Amino acid sequence: MSEAIQDDQDLSGMPMMDNPVMPYLRQERIPHIWCPGCGIGTTVNCFTRAIEEAASDLDKLAIVSGIGCTGRVAGYLNLDSFHTTHGRAIPFATGLKLSNPELSVVVYSGDGDLFAIGGNHFMHAARRNMDLLVVCVNNFTYGMTGGQVAPTTPIGATQTTMPYGNFENPASLPFLADAAGATFVARWTVYHVRQLTRCFKEALGKKGFRFIEILAPCPTLFLRRNRLGDGVDMVRTYKEKSVLRNGADTKEVGLGLTGEIVVGTFVDRERPTWLESMNDHFGKVFGDRYSRYGG
Amino acid sequence: MTADPKGVLTGIHFLDGDHAACEGALAAGCRFVAGYPITPSTEVVERFAQRIPLVGGLFIQMEDELAASIAILGGAWGGKKVMTVTSGPGLSLMMEHLGLAYITETPCVFIDVQRGGPSTGLPTLPAQADMMQVKWGSHGDYEIIALSPNSPQECFDLTIRAFNLTEQWRVPVFLMMDEVVGHMTERVVIPEASAIEITERRWTAKAPGTYRPYDVGADRVPEMTKAGDGHRIHVTGLTHDERGWPCMTPKQQDKLIRRLSGKIRDNADALTDIREEGCEDADVVVVSYGITSRVASAAVLRARAAGLKVGHARLVVTWPFPAARIAALASKCKAMVVPELNLGQMVHEVRLAVNGRIPVLLVDHAGGTVHDPQVILDRIQEAAR
Repeated sequence: MSEAIQDDQDLSGMPMMDNPVMPYLRQERIPHIWCPGCGIGTTVNCFTRAIEEAASDLDKLAIVSGIGCTGRVAGYLNLDSFHTTHGRAIPFATGLKLSNPELSVVVYSGDGDLFAIGGNHFMHAARRNMDLLVVCVNNFTYGMTGGQVAPTTPIGATQTTMPYGNFENPASLPFLADAAGATFVARWTVYHVRQLTRCFKEALGKKGFRFIEILAPCPTLFLRRNRLGDGVDMVRTYKEKSVLRNGADTKEVGLGLTGEIVVGTFVDRERPTWLESMNDHFGKVFGDRYSRYGG
Repeated sequence: MTADPKGVLTGIHFLDGDHAACEGALAAGCRFVAGYPITPSTEVVERFAQRIPLVGGLFIQMEDELAASIAILGGAWGGKKVMTVTSGPGLSLMMEHLGLAYITETPCVFIDVQRGGPSTGLPTLPAQADMMQVKWGSHGDYEIIALSPNSPQECFDLTIRAFNLTEQWRVPVFLMMDEVVGHMTERVVIPEASAIEITERRWTAKAPGTYRPYDVGADRVPEMTKAGDGHRIHVTGLTHDERGWPCMTPKQQDKLIRRLSGKIRDNADALTDIREEGCEDADVVVVSYGITSRVASAAVLRARAAGLKVGHARLVVTWPFPAARIAALASKCKAMVVPELNLGQMVHEVRLAVNGRIPVLLVDHAGGTVHDPQVILDRIQEAAR
């Protein structure tokens, strides 16, 4: 920055700029628990800017998290927020949405939570086309518990429970989401703050089971252990390695420890949601005797 | 208030316990059920799936019991009265969400149609083998309320009571059925909706900004809201303060966990429901619950015909355990006999309450069928000596 503010500069006459995302945060709960260089906060910043731009009715927007570092997102957002059990954010969100269909429900959690312990729920919610936006911050590791191998850890990466390097094949999350029937599938990294903000906004405006994967650095437990530098180095890597390929075949977007990172919107299609299917079906079965559930 | 007529199938019916429990849930105002098939409980959700479209509500069959048991918690925070239904192996999977329901004070009803265990055990045959699991199976200190019906009529009546209790106390409430009660068919009278008392959720009247989800008054039960009402609540399984925010200190842990357990433990006497018969001058009191109480009644009648002074105390509310009343009964009789379809579960609670003052004889059974009344009679005669 060429116009860096000097420590001794008199700022008293300058107008105070409020951070535009502050109204969306529970400010009394700050500071947050995330490490310096962690990418989760960047994703939250993009999310809050998107709900501001989308002019979402915040009283009708609910957020559900599981357990883990990303699982703490719900607690910091000034929305109806639910911090549930490990892996079960999606079935909780399913119950919340079906019980009160006027809500827009976002699931915000990590790769271990959503795809290891919670993988079965992800598959079935996508299959049913449950009307949920599922956001996965993928940092390739279990951060909260100290850096164990995750279902996303690339082959060759060292983790505490793969001390000689990971030899397990990782999951490609967009491929899983696509195969299970998600109506919207996108991937960005925390380098792509504008694209990610736009993607959140677009996904919030759609219905059905929508999935966004966000690659984010875990400097404390993934980068350091694999000599990949710090958070800033990783953002630089994301910038250098990312290739925009909207509409890419999700079979072709798998990730390695190094190599290209395909980003963009891979899937964007329409299918009736679970609730629409139920209402339409019961309308046919019962005729006038049936009142549509949820209006 | 009284029941919504849309859910009440008023009339005289010939129903099995599973179907009667479903009708109880509908009458109580349950409008959201998430389930997963498991014998011998499945008929409860089958009937609910059939009935709910025209009552106005929703059933979803989830991918497993973990999902079913947390989908109902989401359903409760979305504003509905909720229930899930299972049997032993499914109950084992639901234990984590029993804890989440408890610490977040989410009103919910679990129906457990008990079968023989451990593991897959006896899927189609009865037991009372989950009586301790519901009380101790989830980690940490917690309390529940459990009701033990012994007939299809009680499956109906006590399911309504289960919903009322979970709204009143905001703890998970269990209906502890078993395979025999679930599958026996008897006369079930369903009254007019106007004759069914319903406890409404303790909705807060406070305005957003003034409401805190875990502020409590003298009864230690907080008022509730639902997502979408503008309160911007936070609900977490972490130890939390009155705002619902994580607060993981030994001091807050002590405050929260003692409040949660106190609201049930300190009201155990008010929650007690024991049907006592002939206990006033009894030498021996049989303490029973659920299906075993019906077999025990036969044994008690035979014992009296043989000239013995035998009383019968049937526990309708099994948790919180009515220790004070059992102790009072023990002060007047010479021995107690406890038949149950397990190798000894609730007998431990009886013995704790009796505290060694009189002998407490267990009539155990590994499950698979009900007791032979003669076996209970033999133990009554032994106790009378």
